[in-house]
Amino acid sequence: MIFLKRQLPLAITFVMGVAFALQYYIPHPVSEEAITKVSDWMKIISGFALVLGIASVFHVHAVKIRRQAPGWGYSGVLFAAIVVTMVVGFWSGGESKVDGGQTSFGWLYDYTMVPLQGTMFSILAFFIASAAYRAFRARSREASVLLAAAVVVMMGRVPLGQFLLPWTWDITQWLMNVLNSAVRRAILIGVSMGSVALSLKIILGKERSYLGGGKDQ
Amino acid sequence: MIPASLLLLLLIGGPAFASPPSPPEGIRVLDTPNDAGKSLSLVWKASSSDRKDRSVQVWVAESPQAAFQKVAEFPSNSRYVKIGDFPWWAQPAGKGDHYFKLSSSQAFPIDNGKPYAVKLLIRESGQEVWSEAAEGVAAPDYFNSSQVNNLVFVLAFTGVLLASIAAARRNPHVYLRRIAGLDAVEEAIGRSTEMGRPILYLTGSGGMSDVSTIAATVILGQVAKKVAHYETTLKVPHRDPIVMAVCQEIVKEAYVEAGRPDAFKEDANFFITDDQFSYTAAVDGIMLREKPAANFFMGSYFAESLLLTETGAGTGAIQIAGTDSDHQLPFFVTTCDYTLIGEELYAASAYLSREPVLVGTLRGQDFSKAFIMGVLVVGTVLATTGVMLQTDAFNYLLDLFRDFK
Repeated sequence: MIFLKRQLPLAITFVMGVAFALQYYIPHPVSEEAITKVSDWMKIISGFALVLGIASVFHVHAVKIRRQAPGWGYSGVLFAAIVVTMVVGFWSGGESKVDGGQTSFGWLYDYTMVPLQGTMFSILAFFIASAAYRAFRARSREASVLLAAAVVVMMGRVPLGQFLLPWTWDITQWLMNVLNSAVRRAILIGVSMGSVALSLKIILGKERSYLGGGKDQ
Repeated sequence: MIPASLLLLLLIGGPAFASPPSPPEGIRVLDTPNDAGKSLSLVWKASSSDRKDRSVQVWVAESPQAAFQKVAEFPSNSRYVKIGDFPWWAQPAGKGDHYFKLSSSQAFPIDNGKPYAVKLLIRESGQEVWSEAAEGVAAPDYFNSSQVNNLVFVLAFTGVLLASIAAARRNPHVYLRRIAGLDAVEEAIGRSTEMGRPILYLTGSGGMSDVSTIAATVILGQVAKKVAHYETTLKVPHRDPIVMAVCQEIVKEAYVEAGRPDAFKEDANFFITDDQFSYTAAVDGIMLREKPAANFFMGSYFAESLLLTETGAGTGAIQIAGTDSDHQLPFFVTTCDYTLIGEELYAASAYLSREPVLVGTLRGQDFSKAFIMGVLVVGTVLATTGVMLQTDAFNYLLDLFRDFK
C-alpha cells in the first residue's frame, strides 16, 4: 500500500519531471509530440476529474437543502439552473448557433451567463475605488509617498492631467520605467528562483507534502 | 564626326553599359542549427556594395537542375548577423555576415533529409547577377546547443540546493528572517476559534500543474494541521476538481498527523465551478453569509483578487494573501492584513514546518540569488565598458548569461 501511495507517485514524478525538464532542451519533433501527447492525457484526466467536481457540487448543496442550512434556497436555485441548462443544452444539441441563428442554449448563455459575468466584473470598478481610498489615506510616511506617486502617475496618464501639468508625464515615465520596473524584476527573480527550487524539490522527492501529509524527508 | 557620335552614344546609353553588380561571395546552405528541422539557413559574406537599392532575391529548387522558385526578397544591406543572435559557441555565421532562415512554407515546403539547392539573385540599377547554387539538407536536432548555458546553470542550481539541504541536515539551526504574514497564521486561526467562525482557504485560480498552486496546497497542509489542533471549521472552495482531490488528501493527512482524524470533514474541500466570476460570486456569497474570521488567499490570481479580498475586508476578517501574480500584488497589499510577496509564498512551507530539508533549500536559493546579483553588477559594468570602448571582447562572457532560444 505504501508503494502505491508513496513510492510509485514519487517515481512517476521523478521520471516525468526529468523528462519534461529535458524536453525544454530538445527541439526534435519527437519532443514536441511527447508534450502534445501529455497535454491530451491531461485533458482526459481533467474530464474524469470533472465528475469528482460535479459530485462535490451535488453533495454539498444536497446536504444544505436537506438540513435547511442558512441560504439553502440558493442551493435550490443552483439545482434548478443546472437542470434547465442541461435540458436546454440537450434540446439544442449543445450548439449555441445553428445556420447562423441562435439556439435556445445560445440565448440562455448570452442573456444570463454573459450579463452575470459582466456584472461581477463591473463591480471591480467600485471595489478599486474603495480599495484606493483605503490605500491612499496618508496615515503614515509610506502611505503619503504612495499617495503622492499615485497622484503624479494618474495625472501623467490622462490627457487632461498632461495638459494641466505637463511635467507629470516625465515623472510618470521615470516612476514606471525605473522604480516600478526595478521592483517588479526583483520580485520576478525571487518568484522564478522559488518556483524552480520548489519544482526541483518535488522532482527530487524532497517535498512530498502535496501527496498528502507525511514528514518530508 | 564618328568619334563625336560614339561619345554621345556612350553618354546616353551609359547605364546600359554599366558593369553588372558583383555576385555574393561565400554562399553556404546549412541545416538551421538547434531547430525541429524543415528549415535551411543561408549564409553569405557581406559586401562593400551592400545598400538599400541593391536587392537580394532568394531562389530555391529541389535540385540544381530543377526550376528555381523565388521565396524572398530584401535589401542587400539587411539580414546581418548581430550580437545576441547566436551564442559564440553555436554560431552558424560570423558577425557581419548575412544570414537568412528559410523555413518550410505552403509556397515551398521543405522536408527533412532531402537536398535543396539555393541561389541568390542580386538586382541593382536594372542589372542582375546570379550567385552559384549551394546545396543543403534540413534535419531536426536532438539538443539545442544554444541553451547549454541554461542547462549548466540548472544543474549548478540543483547542486547548490542539494548541498544546502545536506548542510541543513548536519546543522538544522538556519536563521530565517521573520515573515509577518506567516507569524500571523497562528493568530488568525486562534481568532477564528475564539469567534466560533470558519476559516476560508483559497488555492488560487491555477491548476495542479502550476507551481504556485502546489505551494498553496503545501501551505494548506500546515494550516490544516493547526486548524485540527484548534478544532476550528475549515472551508476550502475550489475551481479545479484535481486540486480539490489533492487538497482533500492533504487536509485528511494533516488531521491524522495532528491526532484528530475524527475532526476531519470530507466536505471541507468542495468544488464550486471553473468559471472565474461564477466562482468569485460564490466565494463572496460564502464570505457574506458565513462571515469567516480568517481568509487565506494563496496561489495565483487574476481579476478576481480584488473582488474576493475587498469583500473579505468588508466582513472584518483577518486576511492573509500569498501570490506570485505580481500584477495582483497591489490589490492584495491594499486589502489584506498580510501579504506574502512572490518568493515568500514558496518559502512559507519551510517557514511554517521548520523542516531542515525545506529550510536548507531557502539557503540554496539565497546563494543563487547572490550569484545572480553579482552577475547583474558585473554584466552591467562589462556591457557598458564594451559600448564605451566599442569592443566585442566582453561578449564572450556576456553570452554565457544570455537566454538564447
